[in-house]
Amino acid sequence: MANLKTSEKKSKAQSMGLHTEVLTGKTQQKFFNPDEAENFYYFGTYDVDFNKRTEIDVKNMDCREANKKIDELMKDGYGTIVIKNPQGKHSLGVGILNKLNLIFEGSLGYFGCGSMDGPIVRINGRVGWSCAENMMAGKVVIEKNAGSCFGAAIRGGDLICKGSVGARTGIDQKGGTIIIGGDAGAFTGFMMQRGRIIILGDVGINLGDSMYDGTIFVGGKIGSFGSDAVEAELTDSDQDWLKRKLKVAEIGENFDVSKMTKVVAGKKLWNYDALEPTEKKGAI
Amino acid sequence: MCGIAGLIHRGNTSNVGFELQGMLQALKHRGEDSTGYALYGKTDGQNFIMRFKVGENVAEGSSSVKEDVSVYDERKKIVDTYLSELGAKVIKEDRILPYSLRYEIQYDKDLMEFSQKIESVEGVEILSMGKSLEVIKDLGNAEVVCNRYNLDKVVGTHAIGHARMATESGVDIKSAHPFWGYPFSDVSVVHNGQLTNYWNNRRVLENKGMRFMSECDSELIAVYLAEKMRNGATLEEGMKESLVGLDGVFTYFVATKDSLGMAKDTMAAKPLVLYESDDLVAMGSEEIAIRSILPQEIETYDPFDGEVKVWQI
Repeated sequence: MANLKTSEKKSKAQSMGLHTEVLTGKTQQKFFNPDEAENFYYFGTYDVDFNKRTEIDVKNMDCREANKKIDELMKDGYGTIVIKNPQGKHSLGVGILNKLNLIFEGSLGYFGCGSMDGPIVRINGRVGWSCAENMMAGKVVIEKNAGSCFGAAIRGGDLICKGSVGARTGIDQKGGTIIIGGDAGAFTGFMMQRGRIIILGDVGINLGDSMYDGTIFVGGKIGSFGSDAVEAELTDSDQDWLKRKLKVAEIGENFDVSKMTKVVAGKKLWNYDALEPTEKKGAI
Repeated sequence: MCGIAGLIHRGNTSNVGFELQGMLQALKHRGEDSTGYALYGKTDGQNFIMRFKVGENVAEGSSSVKEDVSVYDERKKIVDTYLSELGAKVIKEDRILPYSLRYEIQYDKDLMEFSQKIESVEGVEILSMGKSLEVIKDLGNAEVVCNRYNLDKVVGTHAIGHARMATESGVDIKSAHPFWGYPFSDVSVVHNGQLTNYWNNRRVLENKGMRFMSECDSELIAVYLAEKMRNGATLEEGMKESLVGLDGVFTYFVATKDSLGMAKDTMAAKPLVLYESDDLVAMGSEEIAIRSILPQEIETYDPFDGEVKVWQI
């Protein structure tokens, strides 16, 4: 890890409170500089108009063709795109870094909507393994069931499945919120590091196994707790947050959140308390 | 990584050869070293159908040693002699490829004794024995194998199949799935995953008189279930016991003359998507397998960890 010490020459970002410390030595970290904001852009982002709507039928396209077509439509300013006949194809809707309304009329296969940052996606069907993996921001709503590794390693955004999900939901989750209307399989929240998972139904064995941090809320029965996952007190602010979140997610609006079980990391698996606060940050 | 697919028509028959070919071809990216079909056809149920091989496919990509076709002829002659000695009457004989044969036979005695005698011929392996089941497996993807054996016209009630990426044993027919549940008529198994207690279980089962033809870990499932059933367990009971007895990660299908089952390990580490209706159950490693026969929007789900399900025709 790089040496940590106070720098005499503070950057503008630090003076604005965006950073409280400076890393010296070898580091790959880049700090945001507001003076250079105009130079910051994502490759492949476009100005789109949500009122400009179009449909494409991907029945006879492979995933590369379909994703390229979505990119071309965004380039042309379309802000609402409806995808017809996805028919369980893999890797559809991946790597979208735009604001966009994306609607899938059907089911997706594996890795659907992965590595995206910003779109609002509605899937009127089912999704396979690893839906929305590595999502940075945005919202994905699945009307039916989802496969395993749902929301693996997401950093932010809301991921909502109205049906049931497979095993290892939220594995390696680093932020954001995952909401499940039905049941969830084994190893839910496995090694999660931050963020929240809400399951209205039952959950399988080894819930929250080896989780570092983050919070899991379960409405139904729990198969078993994983290593270092422990029950915590459900506070009033937790309940307020849950009600608000379920309302915004349009799922389980009348669900009795007061009976939910809150699960957090016991933080006994690794030498957590021996670390300095800055080291904890690095480890997470 | 391998892909598996299966379907069962309940109370009906269909062109299961064509349907399974479509499902397995949709999974070909999961492995196309070899592809295998276990088809449960519409027969009169009077005679046994024996699918067997007298050698390996030694085409490009095969890990088998090349043999002269004359060796296959010699082996076939010995098999014919042994069949006569066993009291089996060959009703119909098809030599589909130089190394692959299909016999319809009349036989009413012990299948274990029968199999041991036939397979005592070097290089000969019974791929399946049943009154409904036919196992067809060879190198190549689903389309290649289907065309090679003319499977797209096979009508039946149910079928399971496997698209194989060879990881733990050779690229050859003996390591390809499905595996016949020797010595039980009409039992077949396909598997996606890795079994880590293969050798421990194999030693125990061999000591109990069970037979292994390959060093493919998946064969253990067929032998394991066969041994359980030999001791009086039902198929479903044997499958539930396998969740404890087999170590590793697995999703497997097993089929009998009138049923189809699936089991998923307690880690749920291997994928499976399932569609279930009153008329049809279809399942595969990926949804696109099911979509190849049901393109319309349907309700599918992933079975949970440790789940065992069995459906009847």
